[in-house]
Amino acid sequence: MDFNLTDDRRMLADTLARYLGDKYTIEHRNAVAYELPCHDPAKWDEMAELGALYALASEDAGGFGGTGFDISVVFEALGRALCPEPVLAALLSSRLLTAAGADQEGLLTGAMRYAAALSELDAPYDIADVACAAEVRGDGHVLSGRKSAVYGGQVADVLLVAARLEGKVALFEVQARDAQVIGYAMIDGGGAAEVLLDDTAARLLIADASDAIEAAQNAGIVALCAEAVGAMQLAHDTTVDYMRQRKQFGVPIGKFQVLQHRAVDMLTEIEQARSITIKAAAELDGDQASRYASMAKNMIGRAARLVAEEAIQMHGGIAMTWEYPVSHYAKRLVMLDHQLGDTDYHLSRVMSGNMSA
Amino acid sequence: MDLSYSPEERAFQEEVRGWLADNLPAHIADAVRAGGELSKEMMEEWHALLNSKGWLATTWPVEFGGPGWTPVQKHIFEEECCRAYAPRIVPFGLNMLGPVLIKFGTEAQQQEVLPRILDGSDWWCQGYSEPGAGSDLASLKTHAVRDGDEYVINGQKTWTTLGQHANKIFCLVRTDPDAKPQEGISFVLVDLDTPGIEMRPIRLIEGGHEVNEVFFTDVRVPVANLVGEENKGWTIAKYLLSHERTGIAGVGFSMQALEEVKALARKVRRGAARLIDDPLFAARIAQAEIDLEAMKITNLRMLFKAQEQGAPGPETSILKIKGTVIHQELKDLARRALGPAAAPFPGHVSDGNILFGPEDAANNAARYFNNRKTSIFGGSNEIQRNILTKTMLEL
Repeated sequence: MDFNLTDDRRMLADTLARYLGDKYTIEHRNAVAYELPCHDPAKWDEMAELGALYALASEDAGGFGGTGFDISVVFEALGRALCPEPVLAALLSSRLLTAAGADQEGLLTGAMRYAAALSELDAPYDIADVACAAEVRGDGHVLSGRKSAVYGGQVADVLLVAARLEGKVALFEVQARDAQVIGYAMIDGGGAAEVLLDDTAARLLIADASDAIEAAQNAGIVALCAEAVGAMQLAHDTTVDYMRQRKQFGVPIGKFQVLQHRAVDMLTEIEQARSITIKAAAELDGDQASRYASMAKNMIGRAARLVAEEAIQMHGGIAMTWEYPVSHYAKRLVMLDHQLGDTDYHLSRVMSGNMSA
Repeated sequence: MDLSYSPEERAFQEEVRGWLADNLPAHIADAVRAGGELSKEMMEEWHALLNSKGWLATTWPVEFGGPGWTPVQKHIFEEECCRAYAPRIVPFGLNMLGPVLIKFGTEAQQQEVLPRILDGSDWWCQGYSEPGAGSDLASLKTHAVRDGDEYVINGQKTWTTLGQHANKIFCLVRTDPDAKPQEGISFVLVDLDTPGIEMRPIRLIEGGHEVNEVFFTDVRVPVANLVGEENKGWTIAKYLLSHERTGIAGVGFSMQALEEVKALARKVRRGAARLIDDPLFAARIAQAEIDLEAMKITNLRMLFKAQEQGAPGPETSILKIKGTVIHQELKDLARRALGPAAAPFPGHVSDGNILFGPEDAANNAARYFNNRKTSIFGGSNEIQRNILTKTMLEL
């Protein structure tokens, strides 16, 4: 048993945290996060040079990491800085390309931007509900339908699209220029796209892709959970600092027991959230990966909302302002429950494991 | 990061599991599984079995008869004991007084008292809480006045767990009424046969007899029974409360409770369907299971830290808060699962399953009510939050 990070991962975490602390200040972040393209291309290149993307893929796939803990180290640092760069899109795409046995050097160097177009309006979380249709056309395939909430899709060169082929969910590669891509900023910063496909040319990567997509989503869930842990920790630290400084009734508000206990409850939930994220990361390559990912995403959904709402409440009005950083952390913490399955969706997945037993 | 046990730890786990399978008497495991009160004889039998194996005083150094385990080994041992439905060790002599005497006692006290704890000659109970001193323990009023070579003790202790089986009690008493509350307290060993002591049972919410109140009227105790220095008892009290924090999360007991509630929910029917297939109930089980899964890792993280740093940190209060709340939630689910079959009052009907329902229905409601205690005792969960406020948030 060892809960220390390996030296390599510790170095990656420190390097990335230092870079983001220096170069991706909250002011800079807010300047780019809410307007298309919702990221900073120069900083994207610098982060790629630091190895943030190589860390997401295994050596076999051309990277130097790829385990659950490599992913969680990167995303915890991103979460602490509230970084809006489309790293989740790169992670999901890297997993899918790995499963397809496709080359991903362009992705890992940061030169090519990929996004995974999995969700649809009526299939937000469960890949089995996908309706976007694929059919054979000449030597290749064409896709028709609409993909929704394609994270990073607003700047993607290549889309990896889940579509139904002969009753199965298959994975295709589509050049973004061939599709209609409507990019938008999200309320918590960062960008996504709606992708409209109408007899759009596509290259088949995996004919029966359900397992590969589920595995990629599990990796994405570990990433989101780690991102949330980083963001929760910062929101909590900021709140406790504020409790020391803010005076009302002649004393720092941190002297009020009713607030102290609520701050402790935030701490407790953050530690539990950190624990379940460690567990999900450790199990990511095992046969129980989906179950532990669901456990983690459920708990993170609950903890992140609590931390976000309590951070705002305990600050008072200041945290309701655009100018104060906590408001942006709170938005991210609440809205990441909408990505890759929410609290209830993942609870139902854990439940169904018990019900079938 | 590596969440698995080392090969040595896994071998140890196998050894413990094997020994329990061969040596834990079936009638004791059955009684633990049934969830009722254990007889004194059963507790003594288990105590003696562990002592003969050398696995009794798990918190003592080797030179005093401990097994020399790491925090992780202790955790494995507790986990395996839970899995096998072994009784909880009665902690007052072994995990409370023992470490105190090893740290603060004289050699004479160590030689006299420790072997008698191990061989079961003495059953110790705890004289800490008073009617007016619960969470605010330092406000205790039971006082000891020096008279030659003796202290004369007057006052009242309460919540004395299993005092009805004990022949000895360790007490916090006020020896300097003029000092600040924390500075006038001493730690004294008392023989319960001493004239002037009266023990009365307190009947608990579920009807059981687990705790007592103890009255002291002019009770004369030799000054030699003082542990540590006079008026320095608060230091000892704090040491005692913080010393043995492994197991505070009660992860093993919650794992037991989770398996029980799942088994119940598979047996209990609502019409043609099993209760476990009811989405509302299944959701509550799943959420408790997720919380427990996180708790297991939180517990291991803190064990790992204790092992690396040599002592558990203040964040173990998190384990107390979350551990008790999760266990209580599982006990709540077990009670609800039974529906009307939870209602018969154990001991007041010849058969706890008299209504209908699964054979292990009898004690579930009683255990639910009894377990409301866990968020109150050992430093209430509110006191734990105060501790975390000071130590972790530094507010």
